[in-house]
Amino acid sequence: MKRLSSTFMPSNWLSRAQRWRKELDLQSTNLIEVCMALTVVSQIFPKEMIPAILPLVEEKLNHPKEIIRRKAVLALYKFYLIAPNQVQHIHNKFRKALCDKDPGVMTASLHIYLQMIQENPEGYKDLTGSFVNILKQVVGGKLPIDFNYHSVPAPWLQIHLLRILSFLGKNDLRTSELIYEVLDESLRRAEMNRNITYAILYECVKCIYTIHPKSNLLEKAAKCIGNFVLSPDINLKYLGLKALTYVIQQDPKMALQHQMTIIECLDHPDLIIKRETLELLFRITNAQNVVVIVEKMLEFLQNSPDDYTTIDLVGKVAELAEKYAPDNEWFIETMNTVFSLGGDTMQPDIPNSFLKLLSEGFDSVEEDRKLRLFAVDSYVSLLQGETRKLPQCFLQVISWVLGEYSHLSEDHNRSTVLRLLEKLLDMKQTSSETKCWILMAMTKLCEGTAGVCVAQQVSETYISSMDTVLRQRAQELQHLSQDSELREEVLPRDSGLDPMEIDSSLSFLDEFVSGALAAGAAPYKPPHQRQEELAEAKVLSLEPYGLALPISMSSCSITDRHSPTPLSMSSGLSGDSTDVSHRAGLKLDGVQRVWGRDGYLAKKESVEEAAPVQGLTPVHSPSLQNEGDGSHSQTPTPTPTPEPDREKEQLASSLFFGVSSQSSVCLMGKPDSTFNRRRKAKVQAPGVTEQLSSSVAPVSNAVDNLLCNNLQDSNINSVSAASSKQTCELSPRVPAANGTCNTDCGLPESDRKRSNLSISRDNGLVDADSALSEDQGSRSDLCPSSYLPAELCGLYRSEIAPLCTAHSLELSACHVHQGDDMILIIFISNSSDSQVLQIRLDLKSEQLKVTCVSDSSVENIKSHTVAVYQYSLAVKRPGVDVEVDGTLSFLLPAGTPQTKHFSYKLPLTAFIRPLLISTEEYGTMWLGFSHEVKQNLTLVDDGCEPLTFTLNLLKNRLQLHLVEIIGLEGILACRLLQNQPCLMHCRVHAGALAVWLRSPVPELPDCLVYHCQRVLQEK
Amino acid sequence: MIKAILMFNNHGKPRLSKFYEHYTKDTEQQIIRETFHLVSKRDENVCNFLEGGMLIGGSDYKLIYRHYATLYFVFCVDSSESELGILDLIQVFVETLDKCFENVCELDLIFHVDKVHNILAEMVMGGMVLETNMNEIITQVDAQNKMEKSEAGIAGAPARAVSAVKNMKLPEMPRNINIGDINIKVPNLPSFK
Repeated sequence: MKRLSSTFMPSNWLSRAQRWRKELDLQSTNLIEVCMALTVVSQIFPKEMIPAILPLVEEKLNHPKEIIRRKAVLALYKFYLIAPNQVQHIHNKFRKALCDKDPGVMTASLHIYLQMIQENPEGYKDLTGSFVNILKQVVGGKLPIDFNYHSVPAPWLQIHLLRILSFLGKNDLRTSELIYEVLDESLRRAEMNRNITYAILYECVKCIYTIHPKSNLLEKAAKCIGNFVLSPDINLKYLGLKALTYVIQQDPKMALQHQMTIIECLDHPDLIIKRETLELLFRITNAQNVVVIVEKMLEFLQNSPDDYTTIDLVGKVAELAEKYAPDNEWFIETMNTVFSLGGDTMQPDIPNSFLKLLSEGFDSVEEDRKLRLFAVDSYVSLLQGETRKLPQCFLQVISWVLGEYSHLSEDHNRSTVLRLLEKLLDMKQTSSETKCWILMAMTKLCEGTAGVCVAQQVSETYISSMDTVLRQRAQELQHLSQDSELREEVLPRDSGLDPMEIDSSLSFLDEFVSGALAAGAAPYKPPHQRQEELAEAKVLSLEPYGLALPISMSSCSITDRHSPTPLSMSSGLSGDSTDVSHRAGLKLDGVQRVWGRDGYLAKKESVEEAAPVQGLTPVHSPSLQNEGDGSHSQTPTPTPTPEPDREKEQLASSLFFGVSSQSSVCLMGKPDSTFNRRRKAKVQAPGVTEQLSSSVAPVSNAVDNLLCNNLQDSNINSVSAASSKQTCELSPRVPAANGTCNTDCGLPESDRKRSNLSISRDNGLVDADSALSEDQGSRSDLCPSSYLPAELCGLYRSEIAPLCTAHSLELSACHVHQGDDMILIIFISNSSDSQVLQIRLDLKSEQLKVTCVSDSSVENIKSHTVAVYQYSLAVKRPGVDVEVDGTLSFLLPAGTPQTKHFSYKLPLTAFIRPLLISTEEYGTMWLGFSHEVKQNLTLVDDGCEPLTFTLNLLKNRLQLHLVEIIGLEGILACRLLQNQPCLMHCRVHAGALAVWLRSPVPELPDCLVYHCQRVLQEK
Repeated sequence: MIKAILMFNNHGKPRLSKFYEHYTKDTEQQIIRETFHLVSKRDENVCNFLEGGMLIGGSDYKLIYRHYATLYFVFCVDSSESELGILDLIQVFVETLDKCFENVCELDLIFHVDKVHNILAEMVMGGMVLETNMNEIITQVDAQNKMEKSEAGIAGAPARAVSAVKNMKLPEMPRNINIGDINIKVPNLPSFK
């Protein structure tokens, strides 16, 4: 049994055989056999087998023998770690285990509680009292003598309890108050010189500093830390430093008390101690002591033992340098050391943020120029020396900076720089990626005959390279070096400062996407959806077929489905990408402007620029602005040391410079940070860019951008809101005015907005609505709404939207929901003093069937009157939006014939009605429908019931019928006028709403998904 | 949680390895090698804690080790374990071994690796500390040994197999036999490799 277990691996055939054996063992009456079986169970165990074993193990919780109960508890904990969901029902039994009469079983259950409380401290606050009680009894020596270790009562148990208590008491005064007493007791009892008592003491100290502070305990804890740090035992010293590092963030004064010890630790022969000390210093760094501390860190790095330490420390140095650099020279030099020491193992965001810092600059232009100039100078002199040892990543940074800024330097002309770069290219060590960077830099620099000559020569060499990227760069270099005008355009100088306008929705690709879809390509699915589908395909259906309706559909393959409405797919995509970019706060400045709203800008070559520069897209390191303890105290406090070693004291005073001695104990709040321009520049940037990027969006533009531009959306919203309000106020005479307004407000937001937008696109009347309402103010007799046919008043209708104007004629329209019919009403108002003759109105649409219902076809409109036309609409071919094109022709008073085109767009949702069916009917219908769409939508969370809330939102906004909600799934049904059903099945999956739609109409599910997406996005 | 328990001698020969998380055999070997590399470099008078082997986990993990004569005992743990607590646990482990084997030495561990595993299984179960009382551990282990002996179960299997082979009367082999024929002539052999 044991032997087998050591070769145990998940999904090994052996495990299957073993399982049967184990079941036999678990049911055995022999205690030892059961024990061994439980031990094996707790080994790495395949997830799939847990259900089979679980009941057997659970049963063992009630076993009379304590050792078996104890092992069963641990086995269950292991299950909990592997598959938390499967053991959810036995949480009560864990509580029972905690109250077990045997302390061993209770100890075992603490493993579980430690884990669960760490995950969710709120859920277990009620147990604080019990834990405190247990600890009191343990400390008080109430346990049998068996549990003593070196005459300390159950030390491991104490450690566990202290950890649990510190999780419970964190940021919670009331819980902490329960803990204080027992902590005091523990501290008092643990005053023995044994290793294990130090372990308890250490936990106590950590607990005291984690929970809500209490002064007398803090004093004791501080004393303890002092003992640890000063201890000759090196393990204790290590722990002391660790504790100090932890404490110092809250109370920098502690560092001052132990400054001499810290200095000694800096020179300690043990590297681990040394590193821990540097970690501590890292926490107390401020603008005054940064130079000394960074110097110490770099010194350590010079003879650093392993990669892990190097990566960690290099990151810290870079962070400190950015945060507290006293001047440009120091900053650049430090970063140079960082790059050459860190080599290619360091985190890629260090060079990225460095370059970003250079390109973005700070507050003053002059400072920026100086910094860049210094960088260029130092790099040129570096390149003039030995370059073979420089890491690739440093070379890349150098070549970028030289390419971008070497024009600032008067000392070095371009040909010198070019020659230096060329030398780099010839080096054997240079990787092809670095070569790309160098070629890019040369492209920026090649000017003048000498430059062009060098460029030609270099590009000749690499133009036939095997590396395609390298070849690409060589091509660029060749072309751009010949055409200086083009180069100026593609690579404008100082372009880093201009804000970039990026169409993050990629809406310019819509056409391409729809083309591809029309040609039969599969629609794009985001990776998470694909993964989910894959996972679903793999999971076994565990339920009988009759009940598992929603599961059975997951097996339908939809990958080869033709998307009927390309637009919806593509704009869905656009929507997604905006979403992501907004949330992630992608920084787009500093990136060459390449893609614009109208496709890529200017020349073809500019496309090629995009890649390398985007490589620099800055990655944000978390803002650490307020981490420093920023007291400006200029007086270091020399604490009296017994044997004043001058050198050390000097070091101490420089290290702890600025770590305030007067600063009172401030545990809860951190003191204000020192002002620092570098970090500030960094932090400020995102806000600025956001502002810029949103303000560049033109307000009057195209439906294409509807999805991707918040600002625009809100603008239009406000316009439409304002205008609807005005309509209410200005048409009190209309009998059903109130009713209309109310329904108006209930009308889907998208509905209104879309009609507005289509107008603004069609005739460029951005503020058409408000203009119209002003008109209404002056000549209320022409208000179209008052001409609404009596039988349609009070019905649910859309806003009256202007369509076009032609001379004195103004066209406006709205659509009215009349039961199962959709009526389009067009108003033509004649505002002139003369009659308009021979008016003809022709409507046609590819997507809709339009029939004229108004009996009187008015041909002439008298002055200052309004003619009303009514049409009934029915959907022929569903689309996301359906459009009616119209032609208006009339005779001017002068006798000249005129025609005017217009179009009216309304969303498909206008034709959607709830379909009232039962769950059973739904089931049978579902199987009958062939056209399916799957999509993941965002789940709108209102706090308690996200699914119900989201589905009700969809129901109300889109007029669906909510058939039923069962657990995490819900089904909805609707029909498209007149009678084409569409069924929708939603399931909460991984925080998103997975939606399947089915319908007999090919295009319908797709369109509906699009509208659902919009509704949820607006929310 | 304890992620792994490793024992190797001063030359890096592994004497015991127990992983509480699943790694491939290759990774396990690599972890042992790397750990030995880290630990063996350290002087005698430095602290017993080491941070961050790249392989076994990030900064959350620690190596806690003790060096006894020719053997290194290394525990790899995450941040939920107390460093000093584990250090004493190693002490308990070694003392238990000492009691079981009466003056334990490296050879004991080589020849009774199953017993060492048994002891360890009573102390640490699935990465969690189960029992820290030496007497309890020994009682449990003894009970198991007794049972194994009475059954001569799996532990006895190899011995029995060997004796079975020895006693097997193979048909006399022809002198000039084709190598390829062995499988056919001796039907009992291929199943026993």
